[in-house]
Amino acid sequence: MNTKTTVIETPAGPAQAMVLNMGPQHPSTHGVLRVVLELDGEIVLSAKPEIGYLHTGIEKSCESKTYSQCITLTDRIDYLAPLSNNLAFCLAAERLIGIEVPKRAQYIRVLLTELTRITSHLVWLGTHAIDLGAMTVFLYSFREREEIMKIYEYVSGQRMMTSYFRIGGLALEPPPDWLDRVRRVIDALPGHIDEYETLLTKNRIWWGRTKGVGYLSAADAIAMGASGPMLRGSGVAFDVRKAFPYSSYEEFDFNVQTQTAGDCYARYQVRVAEIRESIKIVRQAIDKVTPTGPFRAETPGIIPPSREEMKTSIEGLIYHFKIFTEGFAAPPGEVYQAIESPRGELGVFMASDGSAKPYRVKFRTPSFVNLQSLPKLCEGRLIADVVACIGTTDIVLGEVDR
Amino acid sequence: MESQEVSSNAAVQKLRDWDKHAVAEVIEFRGETTVVVPPQHLARAAEFLAGEPSLRFTYLSDITVVDRFPMEPRFELNYHLLSIDLGLRLRLRVRLAGLEPSVPTLTPVWPTANWHERENFDLFGIRFQGHPDLRRILMPDDWEGYPLRKDYPVEGFR
Repeated sequence: MNTKTTVIETPAGPAQAMVLNMGPQHPSTHGVLRVVLELDGEIVLSAKPEIGYLHTGIEKSCESKTYSQCITLTDRIDYLAPLSNNLAFCLAAERLIGIEVPKRAQYIRVLLTELTRITSHLVWLGTHAIDLGAMTVFLYSFREREEIMKIYEYVSGQRMMTSYFRIGGLALEPPPDWLDRVRRVIDALPGHIDEYETLLTKNRIWWGRTKGVGYLSAADAIAMGASGPMLRGSGVAFDVRKAFPYSSYEEFDFNVQTQTAGDCYARYQVRVAEIRESIKIVRQAIDKVTPTGPFRAETPGIIPPSREEMKTSIEGLIYHFKIFTEGFAAPPGEVYQAIESPRGELGVFMASDGSAKPYRVKFRTPSFVNLQSLPKLCEGRLIADVVACIGTTDIVLGEVDR
Repeated sequence: MESQEVSSNAAVQKLRDWDKHAVAEVIEFRGETTVVVPPQHLARAAEFLAGEPSLRFTYLSDITVVDRFPMEPRFELNYHLLSIDLGLRLRLRVRLAGLEPSVPTLTPVWPTANWHERENFDLFGIRFQGHPDLRRILMPDDWEGYPLRKDYPVEGFR
């Protein structure tokens, strides 16, 4: 670590800038992020994010697991949006192998990942508001988040680390009345979002803490590789769901939300608007998902046979045994599959050498890249704004460090 | 997989017209285009792709390395470029020898390359010449070895 500090001018002559470690145990860094701040009084001269405290070597671990085993690791990358990670990994593997997923499974995937976007943005909204002193929003947003978590639990058996998407489709058929539950939650949500907005959108204190704070120009956002609401809050209408549709997103009607101000308030507006867009997509998905139909592809040797088939036919048993003991081989080659996760472009680069284990998996995580813009957001501003800037980048440290 | 015919990716032909030596090989797989660039042409090709008005690959999504140990050239660097205007992706690939792998930094072209290059320096030991701040990023500063290399055991050295 470079310990040279900046020399600043004071009325009493030149002096060294004060170096302050914010984190790694600071509550508003949402995990273990350390930001080394150089201060002149309350003004931030430089901010250097130091990361790696949560590095768990997920990419290395993937190289010694079969493709299906890797899925459980992807949940743990971004623990606020596990289904998005599942989806990115599965899509990459499916493209590498060349599997076509049934439409019904694709729609269910879209439905659940949009719910994930809503829960992730709700967590962001609640924690960001609490960072800036608005306690109430947190209590409300976590109440709604819990309702959606119950849907995950009902569908997959798990609240958080669902691992519900599998290569070729879904892990299991969702329970028969799950769509009614989704509809109930989704119908109540718009009213709740109005509630949050009455607390924040025209709140003078909220304006003071977010308007004009953490400015990122469109050119800078592109140059720094920012994605997701960070990019759209700066006026760049780029959304992977629109530009490179996956999982049948081209069949859904939704708008890419942008704001041109490029400050924390703009990113707040983008995220709130995205929750409303996600509700729109979920409603369309509910109509598209048929009550019956395949929930995963039928590719013998790669997709496990149904329990019924496994127990009644010898081929089914052999395939089941082979898939769960040695996995399946993917053709040699490389793919890069990107999806729009709640935080931005989540890319999975997968290289295969023809064996049953991925030769190399790389997760291009939006938090890692977005965090790079942090110095741009808070340098020259007050120390209190650093909290707003960290909050508005919406990082998940598990995803930053992998 | 190698093909010399016209690629479906518009950037390939533009790159060839600009300098045919910059394109060593074109790989098409699953609808994705990979252009293998000789290391000495990488910085120039990057500048061209980012600056050419009809392409505008102004967005660098990712830099990642594949270690082909014990094959030589051992390291494959993949640069995932994106042209937001054209809605086009392109993968640039550079192959590097296993002994002291080094390549010029692309931070002047894409400032976002800074952390990606640090990550690849940290985990693979690739040197990026001219990088403004080439330090480890995920591993501790005093870590020995490069964990994502294939000759580094999964459970670490004991």
